Amino acid sequence: MLHYLIRRLMIAIPSLLGISVILFTVLALAPGDPFEELATNPAVPPDVRAHLRASLGLDDPIHLRYISWLTAMLRGEWGFSFVSRIPVEQLILQRLPTTVAVIGASQILALAIALPVGVYAATRPYSIFDQIANTLAFVGFSLPTFFTGLLLILLFSIQLDWLPFVFRTSIEATGWRWWWEMVRQSIMPVAVLGLFQGAAWTRFVRSAVLDVVRLDHVTTARSKGLPESRVTMRHVVRNAMIPVVTLVALQMPAVFGGAIVTEQIFRVPGIGSLLISAILANDTPVIMAVTFVFAGLVIFFNLLADVLYGWLDPRISYR
Amino acid sequence: MTEDDLRRLLARVKDGRLSRRGFVKRMAAVGFTAPMATQLLAVTGAAPAAAQSVPAYRPTRRGGGGALKVLYWQAATLLNPHFASGTTNQDASRVFYEPLAGWASDGTLHPVLAAEVPSIENRGLAEDGRSVTWKLKRGVKWHDGQDFSADDVVFNWEYARNPAVAAVTSGSYRDVNVVKVDDYTVRVEFQQPSPFWADAFVAATGQMIPKHLFKDYAGANARDAPANLRPVGTSAYKFVSFAPGDNLRAELNPNYHMDNRPYFDTLEVKGGGDAVSAARAVMQTGDYDYAWNLAVEDEILKRLEAVGRGKVNIVEGGGIEFVQLNATDPNQEVDGERSSIRTQHPAFRDPVVRQAMSLLIDRNALEQFIYGRGGPATANFLNNPPRFRSPNMRWEFSIQKANEILDAAGWARGRDGIRAKDGVRLKFVYQTSVNAPRQRTQAIYKQAAQRAGIELELKSVTASVFFSSDVANPDTYTKFYADMQMYTTTMPQADPERFMNQYTSWEVSSKANNWQGRNIVRWRSEEYDHIFRESQGELDPVKRAALFIRMNDLVVGSNHVIPLVRRPTVSGSLNNLRHVLSAWDGTFWLLNDWWRET
Repeated sequence: MLHYLIRRLMIAIPSLLGISVILFTVLALAPGDPFEELATNPAVPPDVRAHLRASLGLDDPIHLRYISWLTAMLRGEWGFSFVSRIPVEQLILQRLPTTVAVIGASQILALAIALPVGVYAATRPYSIFDQIANTLAFVGFSLPTFFTGLLLILLFSIQLDWLPFVFRTSIEATGWRWWWEMVRQSIMPVAVLGLFQGAAWTRFVRSAVLDVVRLDHVTTARSKGLPESRVTMRHVVRNAMIPVVTLVALQMPAVFGGAIVTEQIFRVPGIGSLLISAILANDTPVIMAVTFVFAGLVIFFNLLADVLYGWLDPRISYR
Repeated sequence: MTEDDLRRLLARVKDGRLSRRGFVKRMAAVGFTAPMATQLLAVTGAAPAAAQSVPAYRPTRRGGGGALKVLYWQAATLLNPHFASGTTNQDASRVFYEPLAGWASDGTLHPVLAAEVPSIENRGLAEDGRSVTWKLKRGVKWHDGQDFSADDVVFNWEYARNPAVAAVTSGSYRDVNVVKVDDYTVRVEFQQPSPFWADAFVAATGQMIPKHLFKDYAGANARDAPANLRPVGTSAYKFVSFAPGDNLRAELNPNYHMDNRPYFDTLEVKGGGDAVSAARAVMQTGDYDYAWNLAVEDEILKRLEAVGRGKVNIVEGGGIEFVQLNATDPNQEVDGERSSIRTQHPAFRDPVVRQAMSLLIDRNALEQFIYGRGGPATANFLNNPPRFRSPNMRWEFSIQKANEILDAAGWARGRDGIRAKDGVRLKFVYQTSVNAPRQRTQAIYKQAAQRAGIELELKSVTASVFFSSDVANPDTYTKFYADMQMYTTTMPQADPERFMNQYTSWEVSSKANNWQGRNIVRWRSEEYDHIFRESQGELDPVKRAALFIRMNDLVVGSNHVIPLVRRPTVSGSLNNLRHVLSAWDGTFWLLNDWWRET
């Protein structure tokens, strides 16, 4: 087990390096620079712009820029944002709590829907409940989040005027009022993301449970005269959850990565909106840091999923 | 009407022999607009100094106004005005920092940290135009209680011009010299007589940062200054918190240097999202008080206005959407450079072709169907302030006339319907940035051109590439490797000197200057150069205005530059919000005067 872990970690290093090389080259090859707005402003002489470019090292050859980025990264320096002129880790840390709260809540909502609905539907396949759940699940993951987001805004904010559609991090109130405001403004983004994810997971849970229900040990348990609820919980769900846990673990990086489109629609200041504004502004250090952290998280949670899998399913061994 | 006549009339106004109204009437009779006439009176000192340029402020005590909530769909990322590369950052810094003076919407200066606006009469402006002396307001304090003085002003000059700081504002400071006369007086000295003296220490680039907090960070370590993210300024609102790319909060400054100001107790500037939902949050749900830069179709704005909660503010500035017809040949390479000034455009060197191109764009359609109130059609490149607007230019849309003059000039239609002459076909690559209204404009132009036997090949480039200074990229607008291109250029000050230097021959964009020259159309005229030089030394405001009008007529008359629509700034606000906006300065240029009618 320990050997396995060490080997996996050793493999992770070259993959991370490879990822960083690819990211960096793609960003360096992408045209443009962060000074678009200076260009059409006649009050800023062009040589000021050129000087700024040079001071940020944008005119150096790609390999030199990559090496200086990598050595700084190894020393734990993530670099400075071109547009904010502050350290990148500060920017990311500022965004992290909101992201984890909103996306995390949406994933919990998704699980809270997917598990019971999926299991119940699978134990009664092709019943009315199953058919309705299936239809809704299809509708849910066929509608893109930007569409449901706008629909919810039009309905709850503009027609009914119940919920605010601008997410504010600076709510003046304290105590329960603060929590109330926070919940009110989080309902729509959490619902949009949670329902989308929940729909996909419902389908997955249902098919995983259906696979197990047919197996011999379930029939044996039933023939022993165990009550149906006990059969479902102990003999079916426990075994069916193994692939589901892997899937959920693989989804975890997204909790930290944010949701680009939904964050933009509701003005949630998360990692996703940081990434998209950095991309639009050609802010290479920020893009590199966010994508690199994301890559690291994907690798980490992959490993975690594999380890969890072995723990849940004793038939799997690590060599 | 000649300049002498003008001068005689102005003299009579000054002596009181002619009423101001009579002057305006006479000017109107010879084709000058009323705003232009009144401004001529103002700049020559024949009218009381612009007292009405800023609306009256009514609240009679400080504070008590509650919260002011502003939406910017583009979020601010930093709070140091000397690093602010775009409008959003300049505006966010302006919440805390103030310049000596700002530009009011009528293009006149309004004193902020200065005790008065320098003029010849108050001996602030030197007669020879070589220096300007600013008297500072006394009793101004930074938010941390320190006194604001001439040392701070001198420090800002040193800070901005230091190449190690890499300040975006350095262009305004590096060619001037600043001298401290006494604790409350500074003198800005110019290398040559400068009719346009209001650049350093004025408006967005003139925001004053405190010496006592930045003096240890006035070099390569400038970005480490803690005050970059925790600004301490002189303004009406003090810093509370800032999250880059998201949110900015401020609160009332109880020691502000102007009476009864500010009105609001707290201020919040929320960034991000998109323009349409920002407009909704103000005009439909009323969650916010003000939404910045509503680049939204006019149809939608009109519908939102009909709700009755908010209104759209349209402020005229100098921004203009225009087409350039390349004076050089983009398809011929000379010393590794296309569009080199050693070549001539094979088709556009014929003035008839250029005139036809100008006749083929329907500006009325652009205004009616694309831009609405956000883009009135215009025949001039230099539109504002009104005293610089030429009365001589006209625009016309006529496919028939274009066909006639092309026929007469010998550009005959080929078998494919495209005109040609001496082996040169009228087939042009027409590039612009990716932007919905621009692509629609391209389509309108293409259709009309087709009916006159000219084929336009449309090309659109992502804005971040098109407007980048990336020397290696062939698609930037400064390289202009196309026959024609279209974009908007802005005019950040209420003075056209910087604006009009983009057609001088020494500004031609070329490989030699890394395509940094501002003359991108590469049109050159000795006459224009001569007039521009004359304007740089011309201290008489009336003569100077006349020179700029001639420059506009020259460049527009050449048809190498085809003005399409003016681009005023468009914003949305609640009906009861009383704000002071100006297209010549940032949104928050006079934030201390904002209040709410109850």
